[in-house]
Amino acid sequence: MSATSARPSHAAQPSGSAFILKKALISAAVALVLFSLMIGVRTEAGPQGGLIYWTRFGDLAAMVGTVFGGSIIIELLRQWWGPVDKDRIVPKPVQAAMSFAGRWLAPALLVFAFLVPVIFYNQRYILDLSILVLTYVMLGWGLNVVVGLAGLLDLGYVAFYAVGAYSYALLATNFGLSFWVCLPLAGILAAFWGVLLGFPVLRLRGDYLAIVTLAFGEIIRLVIINWQSLTGGPNGVSGIPRPTLFGIPLDNSDDGLAAKLGIEFSPTHRIVFLFYLILAMALLTNWVTIRLRRLPIGRAWEALREDEVACRALGINVTTTKLTAFATGAMFGGLAGAFFATRQGFISPESFTFQESALVLAIVVLGGMGSQLGVALAALTMIGGFELFRGFDQYRMLVFGIAMVLLMIWRPRGLIGHRAPTVFLERNQAISSDLVKEGHG
Amino acid sequence: MSGDPILTVDRLMMRFGGIVAVNELSFAAERRKITALIGPNGAGKTTVFNCITGFYRPSGGAIRLAHDDGRSIQLERLNDFRISKQAKVARTFQNIRLFPGMTALENLMVAQHNALMRASGLTLLGLLGLPSWREAEQRAIELARTWLDRVGLLDRADDAAGNLPYGDQRRLEIARAMCTEPALLCLDEPAAGLNARESGGLNELLLSIRNEQGTSILLIEHDMSVVMEISDHVVVMDYGVKIAEGTPQAVRDDPKVIAAYLGADEEEAIAVMESGT
Repeated sequence: MSATSARPSHAAQPSGSAFILKKALISAAVALVLFSLMIGVRTEAGPQGGLIYWTRFGDLAAMVGTVFGGSIIIELLRQWWGPVDKDRIVPKPVQAAMSFAGRWLAPALLVFAFLVPVIFYNQRYILDLSILVLTYVMLGWGLNVVVGLAGLLDLGYVAFYAVGAYSYALLATNFGLSFWVCLPLAGILAAFWGVLLGFPVLRLRGDYLAIVTLAFGEIIRLVIINWQSLTGGPNGVSGIPRPTLFGIPLDNSDDGLAAKLGIEFSPTHRIVFLFYLILAMALLTNWVTIRLRRLPIGRAWEALREDEVACRALGINVTTTKLTAFATGAMFGGLAGAFFATRQGFISPESFTFQESALVLAIVVLGGMGSQLGVALAALTMIGGFELFRGFDQYRMLVFGIAMVLLMIWRPRGLIGHRAPTVFLERNQAISSDLVKEGHG
Repeated sequence: MSGDPILTVDRLMMRFGGIVAVNELSFAAERRKITALIGPNGAGKTTVFNCITGFYRPSGGAIRLAHDDGRSIQLERLNDFRISKQAKVARTFQNIRLFPGMTALENLMVAQHNALMRASGLTLLGLLGLPSWREAEQRAIELARTWLDRVGLLDRADDAAGNLPYGDQRRLEIARAMCTEPALLCLDEPAAGLNARESGGLNELLLSIRNEQGTSILLIEHDMSVVMEISDHVVVMDYGVKIAEGTPQAVRDDPKVIAAYLGADEEEAIAVMESGT
């Protein structure tokens, strides 16, 4: 401390060789404890079934030494680098280029999205992946209403996805209703469940809200597993009808689209159709969200995220405002669920685990809460990027995790951290993420 | 008290467990007048405010609001947002509660939520972008622009509220409260943290709100220069009870008030009171 106390700007950050050494020793000690069992002792089932083990103290020493040296290097680097600051990490020209790219990114992405089936017509894998990415874009945009705009942390979003999927699956298989009839029904049913979830959680804030929504997600899944007579339990629902183009099926029958158009049937037609279907649904979600943000209800959601007490003082009914946020988010989740069911043709409770909720939430947080473009980019990164790392085999999760950590250090408020105002008099200027609240319930 | 009270507080009680924060407090605030509620720290002023504006439910007593059209509303029976929505009572907060991540203009638009919700047909008409909604939105923007101009923040309309200097934030909060078009405006220490020039500007703003809008104002204030200069009526509280009320002049000379503020040392108390004028 004494070495730095003279420099006020670094007063809180001790430096000096003693400090670095101490830190490195602590790191090495932790590494020793951790790796002594993981690396130091190797066990294996012997030929007679008994446990045999041997020691690898050389590897252990190397590991601990690496940690010790690495800790010193990192600490030196950190002091040379100075306090972590956006300006330091990202050079000014790069920032300028990025802001230029930011202006054209959304239209460019949109055009590219429309062209994907044309460019990759013969690459089934890319088309399937794009459909998956777009499904998550839509889910992200839906959850963004709840988490990003209204600031309500929802860990059980997958429940509405499941409600939508099962709504369509059961209505279609039991009553023979078509996809286009079931789609709005699935949305309405999911919205209804959103309101139902909303009621008990209205008084909860922050962590408590998160826990209850998490529980809700699990309850829906457990109900689906156990209500065998209706949902088929763990066996799921199969034989879900494929969507039709306003009554014209996309198969190789005589009434099929290919026959009617007089072209040769190809299974890719249906994939392309599904692609444009989910693209349209995602864009609808986006359009509605953008419109809602500029309406009083959307502004009330954002105000709720900023300061709930002030909202009440201004005569805003916090209860109904929260419920509408839940219902709107749930509705989009339900629509995406119906699409998921019709694309897969088979659904089971396994598709609606907590992992899905976490993934969608990660997309929203990574994208920058409240930013539509950010969510789309994050979905592309999370789903597409994860596929990209396939070459790393068993290190895939590790690389992916490191990439996530680095991204969050670089942009703690998500890819698109700033907030665009919903209305302006003279200048439409973005608001820095430092001012925008995350919301706490 | 004579005259035409807009707000009548009758034997208001507020208990928190065994602590009596407000004890049988009765006072009235007159229509189109500025009433100040003063008292030493911990006297229960903010508690009274929270009872009036529905953030607390009073343990006893009545709070009656008489509108211009003769409508009388029992405020203690309404809760939080309905006080502002139905009874038209707006408030500001001791520690400013703006929406920091939203622009000044957006803050004022949020304040017009209920009017805009009606105009947007509970969102449906607005989603379709019907002309009636567009007109309503334009009117709302105009009202916001008027108020931004009134508080001198028109050139900062598109800046984030959290980026404004402290004094501007105080004024913006008042503008936001006024955008709800209230009958009674309750201000909790509006001059706290303002310098002499800024609190002078605040005085003018509050007087113009009273004179031009005809809004009745109830304010809690420690800054005696504000209280003495603009209030028509002053109510003094200490330990949850009213110890004096009257014109600013009468209250200032009241020995009980002086004693409450600075113990028994009257000389010092007088000095403080005088310095404020």
